[in-house]
Amino acid sequence: MKFRTLFGAAIGLALSASTSLADVTVKWLHLNTDPDVGAAWGEIVKNFEASHPGVKVEMQFLENEAFKAKLPTLLQSNEPPHLFYTWGGGVLAEQARTGAIKDLTEAMDADGGKLRAVYNPALVNGLTVQGKVYALPYQTGLVSFYYNKALFEKAGVDAADIKSWADFLTAVKKIKDAGITPIAGGGGEKWPIHFYWGYLAMREGGKAAFDAAKASEGDGFTSEAFVKAGQDLAALGKLEPFQQGYLGATWPQTLGLFGDGKAAILLGFESTVYMQGNGAADGKGLPRDQIGTFAFPLVDGGAGQLTDTMGGINGWVLTKNAPPEALEFAAFLTNPESQKLMASKNLIIPAAIGSGEAIQEPLVKNAAQGLAASTWHQNFLDQDLGPAVGRVVNDVSVEIVSGQMSPEDAAQQIQDAWALDN
Amino acid sequence: MTQTMTAARAPGHSGRRRNNGTLPVLVLFLPPALLIFTLFVILPMGEAAWYSLYDWSGYGLPEKFIGLKNFEVLFRNGAFHQALINNGLIMVVSIVIQIPLALWLATMVSHRIPGAVSFRLIFFMPYVLADVAAGLIWRFVYDGDYGLFAAIASFFNVASPYVLADKNLAIYAVLGVIVWKYFGFHMMLFIAGLQSIDKSYYEAAEMDGATRWQRFRNITLPLLAPTIRLSVFFSVIGSLQLFDMIMPLTGGGPSNSTQTMVTFLYSYGITRMKVGFGSAIGVVLFVICITLAFGYKRIFMRND
Repeated sequence: MKFRTLFGAAIGLALSASTSLADVTVKWLHLNTDPDVGAAWGEIVKNFEASHPGVKVEMQFLENEAFKAKLPTLLQSNEPPHLFYTWGGGVLAEQARTGAIKDLTEAMDADGGKLRAVYNPALVNGLTVQGKVYALPYQTGLVSFYYNKALFEKAGVDAADIKSWADFLTAVKKIKDAGITPIAGGGGEKWPIHFYWGYLAMREGGKAAFDAAKASEGDGFTSEAFVKAGQDLAALGKLEPFQQGYLGATWPQTLGLFGDGKAAILLGFESTVYMQGNGAADGKGLPRDQIGTFAFPLVDGGAGQLTDTMGGINGWVLTKNAPPEALEFAAFLTNPESQKLMASKNLIIPAAIGSGEAIQEPLVKNAAQGLAASTWHQNFLDQDLGPAVGRVVNDVSVEIVSGQMSPEDAAQQIQDAWALDN
Repeated sequence: MTQTMTAARAPGHSGRRRNNGTLPVLVLFLPPALLIFTLFVILPMGEAAWYSLYDWSGYGLPEKFIGLKNFEVLFRNGAFHQALINNGLIMVVSIVIQIPLALWLATMVSHRIPGAVSFRLIFFMPYVLADVAAGLIWRFVYDGDYGLFAAIASFFNVASPYVLADKNLAIYAVLGVIVWKYFGFHMMLFIAGLQSIDKSYYEAAEMDGATRWQRFRNITLPLLAPTIRLSVFFSVIGSLQLFDMIMPLTGGGPSNSTQTMVTFLYSYGITRMKVGFGSAIGVVLFVICITLAFGYKRIFMRND
């Protein structure tokens, strides 16, 4: 094995030596649509190309859904990209299983683990499949509650009082009684609602419940914690907390509603402060100092902690035949300098240790600090559990909250999907 | 004598000529078409049938053979039942509402009256529009916050309806868009059919004192029958393939209430990375299509 990699490296070296003047093109497949991120990446690519003569980075773009649908075919074609985006979880595991992507464990541990030491260990862990690292961590995120301070004041609700799920429900009632839509919900896309079910399950069962369910121990996803999470969610649904027509609302519409000040609460990403502005009717949205945030509250008698967090774990995957330059670029893109550059523009919560300090925007910085103090970071369930089970979680979350499905049936459906896959 | 000789030689001669003439043509022109047809139609169909017997994510090669389990799961799936019902509903609405509407409009705009051509153009316009664009446009129309429906509702001072978010209404909203989108196409077919009907029939009927309805009932309808049968055929096949307009409109939701077979295939097969299961849906869809297409042609279009 060692010999083979050495041999491979030697050939690679020989090839790169003989073609050192010729261009190596790193093909980088991404799905970014944010022009600011694009500009920052352009800067990073320029820096990389300047320090690595003869290497060119070519960006290839696919839209989100197209990316997901096309990737399996692309990876098996003769022209796969060298570098592409991942959300970790079940899809990454599936890609790893087929051998279409590169095992990066050796590269991570080379030189006494120099590369591994760059990143937050929880994130490296999130991109590890059966002990092997398959992606370089790039960014992370935190899902938490954001609220409109003015509307809270109008309804006489103090965010500091929301300590438990029961408090939260009381606050929702109070806001509704004040004639304000309590929560903006994106039921049309389903996954925004899965944050509720996911967080509630985390608060009810803690990490232990998830570990057991994933190991197919005990009652799996039909165990008490998951049923209770459904019941908690159903209790929220009964209050009819969302805007009219939320079952057809897309995520941008949902953000816009919050940005327009038409709903008091949003369970959203760390980037909510910006996104609500983009989605708002006036293109500006709420002033930043009018947005407050609080962590997803605890449930009474639950095993979870307030510092257990849910959010994205994203990284860059290398395909099997990617040239060594692709790895160099991926490492460059995620090194502290590049990450600080991105963070200083408030574009990401970086994966590299210590880079989060560069974040300027207080609300984003707050999220980064929350993540740094995280006791357990759970990836989005619709990624983590794999696309098949994940979509079932999304589906049943909406069904529960809209009163179409009992929490018990929902838990059973998730367990059925899980059993079919594992 | 010469006559009999030529007569005797003629059949043999013409027979040889046919061989000479068609064989090279066959050799030259059949393989490319056959190859393309095999490569892009027959082979994928066979592959889909094969994949449908596996639990396969789309990565690597299918290895986990599960027999007919995909079909079992499929036929028990509530969303699939809904998709079948919706496909049936779309067919019925196409035949009962869309085609009569198209026929009625066609009889009006096929006359040489001023403005007929521009009306034809206007009625045909929705069909020219891309399905996805039409879906997006109607999403805005139906929008309960900023859409046309919201504006109408606020004009009459009633609560704004959120039709696409209501699982009991969404499918009717979708049906409305389908009728709007495709009636123009059928209208054009009917106009073409109407123009091929000999005017003298109408003149004769008029002289005999036939009413408008009698003329329509006894001349137009029978002579247009082949076109109508063709139109129904297109409706049936089109409704089975409906996909790209539904995705931007509702994506099959809420609660799978607007799922068609193809959107069901997409959301349960492709986005969930269950290519084996998706193939099973494809196989069922294929069987339904083939049965309907050939059955219909056999029964209704035998003489066309």
